[in-house]
Amino acid sequence: MLKLKTFLDSDFFYQFKSDRVAIISFSVIFLFFAAALFAPLLSPMDPHDPSQIDIMDSEIPPVWSSSDYAEPDERFLLGTDAQGRDMLSAILYGLRISIIIGLFAVAVQMGLGIAIGLISGYVGGRVDAFFMRLADIQLSLSTMMIAIIVLAIFQASFGAELYEELAIFMLVMVIGIAEWPQYARTIRASVLAEKNKEYVDAARVIGLSSPTIMVRHILPNTLSPLLVISTVQVANAIISEAALSFLGLGMPVTMPSLGSLISAGFEFIFSGSWWITTIPSIVLITLILTINLLGDWLRDVLNPKLYKG
Amino acid sequence: MAYVAFFIKRFFQAIVVMFVISLIGFSIQDNLGDPLREMVGVSVSEAEREALRDEMGLNDPFLVQYGRFLSKAVQGDLGDSYFFKRPALDVIMDKFPATLDLVIGATIIILGVSIPLGCYCAIRPKSVLSKAVMAISIVGISVPVFLTAIFCIYIFAVTLGWLPSFGRGEDLVEILPGWKTGFFTLDGLRHLIMPSFALSSIMLPLFIRLIRSEMMEVLEQDYIKFAWAKGLHPRRVWFLHAFKNTLLPVVTVGGVQIGIMLAYTILTETVFQWPGLGFMFIEAVNRVDTPLIIAYIIVVGLIFVATNTIVDLLYTFINPTVRIMGKG
Repeated sequence: MLKLKTFLDSDFFYQFKSDRVAIISFSVIFLFFAAALFAPLLSPMDPHDPSQIDIMDSEIPPVWSSSDYAEPDERFLLGTDAQGRDMLSAILYGLRISIIIGLFAVAVQMGLGIAIGLISGYVGGRVDAFFMRLADIQLSLSTMMIAIIVLAIFQASFGAELYEELAIFMLVMVIGIAEWPQYARTIRASVLAEKNKEYVDAARVIGLSSPTIMVRHILPNTLSPLLVISTVQVANAIISEAALSFLGLGMPVTMPSLGSLISAGFEFIFSGSWWITTIPSIVLITLILTINLLGDWLRDVLNPKLYKG
Repeated sequence: MAYVAFFIKRFFQAIVVMFVISLIGFSIQDNLGDPLREMVGVSVSEAEREALRDEMGLNDPFLVQYGRFLSKAVQGDLGDSYFFKRPALDVIMDKFPATLDLVIGATIIILGVSIPLGCYCAIRPKSVLSKAVMAISIVGISVPVFLTAIFCIYIFAVTLGWLPSFGRGEDLVEILPGWKTGFFTLDGLRHLIMPSFALSSIMLPLFIRLIRSEMMEVLEQDYIKFAWAKGLHPRRVWFLHAFKNTLLPVVTVGGVQIGIMLAYTILTETVFQWPGLGFMFIEAVNRVDTPLIIAYIIVVGLIFVATNTIVDLLYTFINPTVRIMGKG
């Protein structure tokens, strides 16, 4: 209770309360996360269960609209896709998969980045030079390119069926590993700034081991830049997942993320079934936009000095 | 002297990266499918297969095979595409001009839009237009490239019917042997507009923000204050004195982005069925056309490494304040 009260009295919360964009973004993100978490309870049907899908229900438009081929049906609030799947359920489950992949991929990035950044900054010397060169090279090759190529190779060598089963895991690992330099660089920079402060010397003098100093003493002081890049990284991971799924290298159509829903609906915009692509797109864009807005706000609040744009 | 040392170091690093890429390419070739099966099918006996394997050198030690792969690759022989039945490098050279058209188109849009807008936002940061541009730019960052492309198609091709939704069109001009471009005909340009815009949309917000923040920083510096004090015309201060120094970081960031843009051509080309390298790569992946996949990885890797190296060298060349030794 005391912690909650300190938080409510803090500058941070005050700044949050007085910024309308931050409140709206946070609420929207919270709604999306809640919807993703409770997707099984909220959706009218289970889009991953083929027995609940009836092909006769295909391409039904959303209730407020009309189409040349089918009448709106009140069972399907947002219409159905080409296989007769309820769009609302598919979007809720898709949102869930997109968010899961985004969060886990960022967790992998963070884990790798923190470990490498701490060691690189604390140990220095050759170890530091090696990891930072590696980071330079990996960043110069572009995350998207690495992800596309690695996933393409895996898909070609596993075969499509096995790949579909492993898709979530592969996406998390590839997006996670491809972006570790972002974290490693940030952490390293903070470690370099903290390393020579007196409290670190004090910890060393009382005989604490290097890992303890790194994790228990230095790491907590690098958290605010970490928080700032994490929001942007989650947004980027979700974009990457959507792009990879769109290319057919990500989630399969039987277990779609937002990206694969958009991809599956793309060919139907030519025949007028706009909702299959458009509605998941709007959800995706809103999610990413709000995360980015919140990230911008966090950056303003947590390190006003760094803020240039 | 330091510059020569830096040059050699950078060059050496580029070679190491290319070496790793070639190693990756080679290990794919080794693990992706059986080249023998691609050639003879399943109706050949085991003994004959073994003989053929020996003859083709598939039973040689890894290093011998890799050496052979490397020496062929250096001579420009990356194997024949299974699907096109032609040398993979020829297929890539055929598709290259289409991708180049796209990249040039996108670059023109990026420079043409971001420089004026970025400068304007820096000079008048409080105006309504600047605030609108900054707000739109954060929306722009949040819309994935393929969605920009899909929305363009939905609005301008499907609903309004103004622009064609796919391909490069028929009316192309051959400017060099084997090099056709769509820049000189109305039909070619009509096909180019949407894909170029979609491709540029990923970089535009980034460039506008970069130019704006660089220019704002430059405008704060003493020599600009001195220029104002001298009573120079505002236009002269902004566009001659300030703009020149804004360009330096823009050039270096821009150079690296050209490599990144290549990655996004895969997405744009897939949406617009643009007959370039990216679309070819995705098709090659779906067909498990191993030689073509490897050739693509090596060619793209080469482009990445080359642009990065050149940009790095240029940067130290134009900006002598960069401490070369510290960078190595």
